Amino acid sequence: MSAHNRPLSPHLQVYKPQLTSVMSICHRATGIALAAGVLLLVWWVVAAAAGPEAFATAHGFLGSWFGMLILFGFTGALMYHLCNGIRHLFWDAGYGFELETAYKSGWMTLGAAAVLTVVAWIIVAAG
Amino acid sequence: MSENSMRSTSMRSTLGRVRHLGSAKEGVHHWWMQRLTALALVPLVLWFVVSVAGLAGMDYAGALAWIGSPSVAITLVLLIGATFYHAQLGLQVVIEDYIHNEGLKIAALVLVKFAMIILAVASIFAVLKIAFGG
Repeated sequence: MSAHNRPLSPHLQVYKPQLTSVMSICHRATGIALAAGVLLLVWWVVAAAAGPEAFATAHGFLGSWFGMLILFGFTGALMYHLCNGIRHLFWDAGYGFELETAYKSGWMTLGAAAVLTVVAWIIVAAG
Repeated sequence: MSENSMRSTSMRSTLGRVRHLGSAKEGVHHWWMQRLTALALVPLVLWFVVSVAGLAGMDYAGALAWIGSPSVAITLVLLIGATFYHAQLGLQVVIEDYIHNEGLKIAALVLVKFAMIILAVASIFAVLKIAFGG
C-alpha cells in the first residue's frame, strides 16, 4: 500500500472541543499573534530612536482607538501566553497531569490572564 | 500512569542517552532554550507591561528619558533578546508542524530566523542609540 493510501487515525475535528485541547491550540495561536504584534513595539522603539516626527506617527497610531484596540488584544494574548506558559513549565517539571488538576490549572490560567489584562489597562487609565 | 513514574521513566535508549542527541541531531537544546527563555520572559514581560502601562501616553522627551536610563536600557535589551529568541524557537516548531513541502518549509524557516534576528538587532540598536544619546 502506498504511503498516500494508508488508513489514517481519526482527525482532530471528530473530537468534541475540550477546555484542555482548546487552550492548547490557543497557546500556539497567541504565540503566532504575539510574534506579529511585537512588530508594533519594534516600530515604537525604532521610531523613538529615529526622531520626533517618526515618534509622533507611531505614537499617533498606537494612541488611536484602533491602535489601542490592537494593544488591548495584544495584552490579552500576552497575558494568556504568559500564564499558560507557566502552566506548561509545571507540566515540563512533571506536575499537574491529573485530569482534574489540568482542568483546574486551565481555569486558573484563564482567570489570571483576564485579571492581569484588566489590571494593566487600569494602570493605563489611571496614568 | 502516576506522575511519579512519568518523571522517572526515560523513553531514550542507553546509547541515545550517552550521545545526548535525538533524531534532530541537536539533543534537547531547542526544548531547553525555549523553556529557559520562557522563564526569563516571565519577570521581563511583567516589568515591561507594568512600566509601559504606567507611562502610557508619554511624550517624545519622556520616552527618550525612560528608554535611555541605564537600568531600563539594559532590561529592555535583555527583554528584546529573550523575546526574539523565544519567538524564533516557537515559530520554527509551528512551521515544522504545518508546512510539509520540504522546499517551502526550509524557505519559511530561513525567512523567520532572518526576520527575528533583524528585528532583534534593529530594536537593540534603537535602545542603545537612545541610551548613548545619539
